[in-house]
Amino acid sequence: MEFAYYPGCSLEASGRPYDVSLRRVFERLGIGLREIEDWNCCGATSYISMNKLTAYAVSARNLSYAERMGLSVCAPCSSCYTILSKVNRHVRWGDEHRDQINEALGAAGLSYSGSLDVLHPLDILCQFYGIERIVEQSARSLGGLRIAPYYGCQLVRPMGRYDDNEDPQQLDNLFRALGGEAVPFPAKVRCCGGMLMTTYENIALKLNHAILAAAVEGRAEVVVTTCPMCQLNLEGYQERIAAAYGTPIEIPVVFFTQLLGLALGFGPEEMLLDRMLIDSVGISRKLVEVSA
Amino acid sequence: MPSPVTIVLPKKESVLYSQFWDQVSSFPGGHKIRNCIQCGSCTGSCPISHAMDVTPRQIVALFRAGFLEDVLRSNTIWMCASCYACTVRCPVGIRVTDTLYALKRLGHKKKILPRRVPVSALSDAFCTNIRTYGRNWEVWLGLKYYLRAEPKKLFSLDLARFALRLITRRRLALRPARVERIGEVRAIIDKAVAMGGL
Repeated sequence: MEFAYYPGCSLEASGRPYDVSLRRVFERLGIGLREIEDWNCCGATSYISMNKLTAYAVSARNLSYAERMGLSVCAPCSSCYTILSKVNRHVRWGDEHRDQINEALGAAGLSYSGSLDVLHPLDILCQFYGIERIVEQSARSLGGLRIAPYYGCQLVRPMGRYDDNEDPQQLDNLFRALGGEAVPFPAKVRCCGGMLMTTYENIALKLNHAILAAAVEGRAEVVVTTCPMCQLNLEGYQERIAAAYGTPIEIPVVFFTQLLGLALGFGPEEMLLDRMLIDSVGISRKLVEVSA
Repeated sequence: MPSPVTIVLPKKESVLYSQFWDQVSSFPGGHKIRNCIQCGSCTGSCPISHAMDVTPRQIVALFRAGFLEDVLRSNTIWMCASCYACTVRCPVGIRVTDTLYALKRLGHKKKILPRRVPVSALSDAFCTNIRTYGRNWEVWLGLKYYLRAEPKKLFSLDLARFALRLITRRRLALRPARVERIGEVRAIIDKAVAMGGL
């Protein structure tokens, strides 16, 4: 099992713990990841607000390079995943966009025929690799760690093909199978506001407060995320949310691959848990103690 | 594309109207906006509708009544965070999020943007970023956006502390990552723009 890896811009900076943990986890499980050569930004939600053809064509350059590798794409950022999937669908449908996208790609001597799939690593692990196989290779139990599984928006909407729009289960099932406890978490698909944290901070703080408050109410010890934008919003603004809403909140927010890595036997530093803004190394201490 | 509106529109509005149909026709199911039953599922599902001056349901109502310019001037389309909750819940299958993107593009094209709402500055900065480096450099994007939209924020202690916390954990790129063959990216952008875009 091998994929063309599209890290996306965030995973080179604020989302680095996601990048490192994902590569290590996949390597341990024997899933190949080959980074797409010289990849460029997917355009996210901004480019498509300006000019759709440009947004699609720029995104398609990445798919074109992946197609040369003959490998389907693994896109860990929910926003990249959605935009690359959209482009892919248009090319696969063979509608007029397919020709327009290829005409624009042609200016760089490239083309894309639509032969690939675009997948999120959570889909790869749960649907293609299999939770049982992961459990077989786990070195530790999560020891009843109380987990708030946060899916965010763009992983399950509108493109998510492998899980429910309203009440997705893949994270719940994965971590339950590894000995964790997925707490009742009604905010699991609520929006974190994404870039609104830059443009309308008060609104974004309100959205993130609702999500974190739901995790606290479920007595979660950690929130796990599948997207670099959600992770940064939920982790980086807890002080300001506490100040705005008058309730202290301090809860670790980690990438699902970091927690999965701990279960597979990696140390907290190998999973970059020491690089989090909220002290998260404690999660692993708890986990080791319980399973020892 | 047959129009659901029978009233005669002023010239400017009718031009906007036909260009809007071009935009919504550019994605599958875009025409379903005609089927809106004004149930309000979109507004009820929207996590931000409480802060919008015009709700998503009202956007469709205003558009059908021939007030597209007012729609473009609203802060609604620029507040949408693209969570797609409305899209998956709409009982008649309207692609609400994609429709809002269509409105953003129309607003940009016609330079009809909301007053005192600087969100489009973010898209501008983002696109320049891609053309320059091929990848998004968060530091530069933030600087450029705040300079245009909220300069005083650049001197806020909160922002400085946040940046410092990220830097000490090596989670902030102090230099941009660059695409090697940036010429390809620029050629694709130029070609797509020359083709008229969508």
